[in-house]
Amino acid sequence: MTKELLKGNVAFAEAAVRNGLQAYFGYPITPQSEALEHFSGRMIELDRVFLQAESEVAAINMVYGAASSGVRVMTSTSGPGLALMAEGLSYIAGSEIPVVVVNMMRGGPGLGNIQPSQADYNFMTKSAGHGNFHPLVLAPANIQEIIDMVGLAFELAEKYRTLVMIAGDGSIGQMMEAAELPPMQEISTARPAWAVTGAVGRAPNLITSLYLGAEKLEKVNIRLQQKLATIEENEIRWQEYETEDAELLLVAYGTVGRICISVLRAARQQGLKVGLLRPQTLWPFPTARINELAAQMQGVLVAEMSAGQMLVDVEHAVAGKTPVRFYGRMGGVIPMSAEILEAVKQVQEEVS
Amino acid sequence: MNTTTQIPENMELVYQYPDSMTKTYTHYCPGCVHGIVHRLVGEVLDELDLREKSIGVAPVGCSVLIYNYFNVDFVEAAHGRAPAMATGLKRTNPDKFIFTYQGDGDLAAIGTAEIIHAANRGELISTVFINNAIYGMTGGQMAPTTLPGMKTTSSPGGRDCKIAGYPIKMSEILAQTEGAAYITREAGTDIRSIRKLKKAIKRAFLTQIEGLGFSCVEVLANCPTNWNMDPWESMLWSKEQMTPYFPLGTYKMREEVKALKV
Repeated sequence: MTKELLKGNVAFAEAAVRNGLQAYFGYPITPQSEALEHFSGRMIELDRVFLQAESEVAAINMVYGAASSGVRVMTSTSGPGLALMAEGLSYIAGSEIPVVVVNMMRGGPGLGNIQPSQADYNFMTKSAGHGNFHPLVLAPANIQEIIDMVGLAFELAEKYRTLVMIAGDGSIGQMMEAAELPPMQEISTARPAWAVTGAVGRAPNLITSLYLGAEKLEKVNIRLQQKLATIEENEIRWQEYETEDAELLLVAYGTVGRICISVLRAARQQGLKVGLLRPQTLWPFPTARINELAAQMQGVLVAEMSAGQMLVDVEHAVAGKTPVRFYGRMGGVIPMSAEILEAVKQVQEEVS
Repeated sequence: MNTTTQIPENMELVYQYPDSMTKTYTHYCPGCVHGIVHRLVGEVLDELDLREKSIGVAPVGCSVLIYNYFNVDFVEAAHGRAPAMATGLKRTNPDKFIFTYQGDGDLAAIGTAEIIHAANRGELISTVFINNAIYGMTGGQMAPTTLPGMKTTSSPGGRDCKIAGYPIKMSEILAQTEGAAYITREAGTDIRSIRKLKKAIKRAFLTQIEGLGFSCVEVLANCPTNWNMDPWESMLWSKEQMTPYFPLGTYKMREEVKALKV
């Protein structure tokens, strides 16, 4: 395989197609509409299911229906659409069926704008809907990574029968980069035993999130929490850059994580011993590793395109071992590496 | 039909559970039409040999537990989203028989967008729509189909259409969509209507099997508990008060649907 110049939205859509996606249901929303457009051509061409729904509410419930029958299915959206999907996401989590959702975050609150943002961090990692649950959240920082994460997302969703989200942002969706797509995978015709496929030679299957007895529902909740604990044990992913001798740790994900690689290089050139930890899973979060690294640091700087949402998780991880500072831009503003470098220097000054 | 039952030689089998239904008591209130309509759906599933091909979509409302009464695969939808779930199921399982069973709050209020668009796409699903002009499960609040002047727990002075709008006529609306193949309003409140209703359900299900388009059977029903009536009184009230506002009849029937042998 060779590398191709690919736009993020097209790249993840084509990666999904090649990972044996059987159905896509979605609703157009900037900055991810190119994905829906790509699916509309490719899925029909391959005689698979594509449907443009009347709303994100309908789209996620179509996904819920299709996933109930054990087929590989996904949708993609951006903040305002994700808010509408919250209902379905909770039902999907409660029913324990595998679903993949891509959220290309844009500026909020409200209609906000269509510029890149990371302001849905709490929304995705802390709940994504009513009740006790949260999805597994993957955070790509470049086009190759989002391609690879699509395959991983399906694998994890099906392994744990859980909801997996890919947290991109407008710039991941819109930028073009050279990347390699996976080979075309055969569609699986096998259906899991729990799926609704028609009760032939077995008792009827039921996909539901309804458990009327309080004790019964508590048991379901306990099982869900145990599943999340297993995921937390096995699926934490992150990347480290020059942390071995670092005295100041940058923590950033996605687009900002990528910008922080430039910040790190510039800081190192100026003699500052800066390291970077870039979470690739936002939930589960690399808490233990950050805590471990905090011991050798004079300070930690968290950079985000939000008011400081991941910051809380980093503070929790650092647990007071070293000062934690924050640099954030909001409303769709992408921070320049020079701005973050300035913030690094300020932290350095403050702690030395 | 069930073949396992042992019939004494001197007796004739005249009535039994359909194979498509489970042998259990329902949670419905005495005199409620849900039980009758469930039974008709079960009989039609048997007669068309659909049990093993079927995936039902349960609503939110009084019939939220419908899956307990059917011996078929089921999914439980969010309030109003049954047609969207059914769409996802049918598109990925075109060889299966997919039906939704919904009440008036589910289909005519919170799920209006989903039902209209499913109908308009000509989605190959069948819907049984129970209209009893009230929210039964949540304790008798005003429904989108509550009649003008009708007292409910959320319209204690009677539905004032100037404030609450007018009872919505879903069959008339659904019939306007190009994708709908068969839209009919029947009643479940007297024997003659019930016989006719069964034929309508069968025609709706055949419409899907033959791939002719979307089908929906609206059933004018009752709610003795929340109407504060005894079952008999509620049947009469449904006939006398609901039928004038919601006229019975077939609102759309494509030629190919008309030609179906029911």
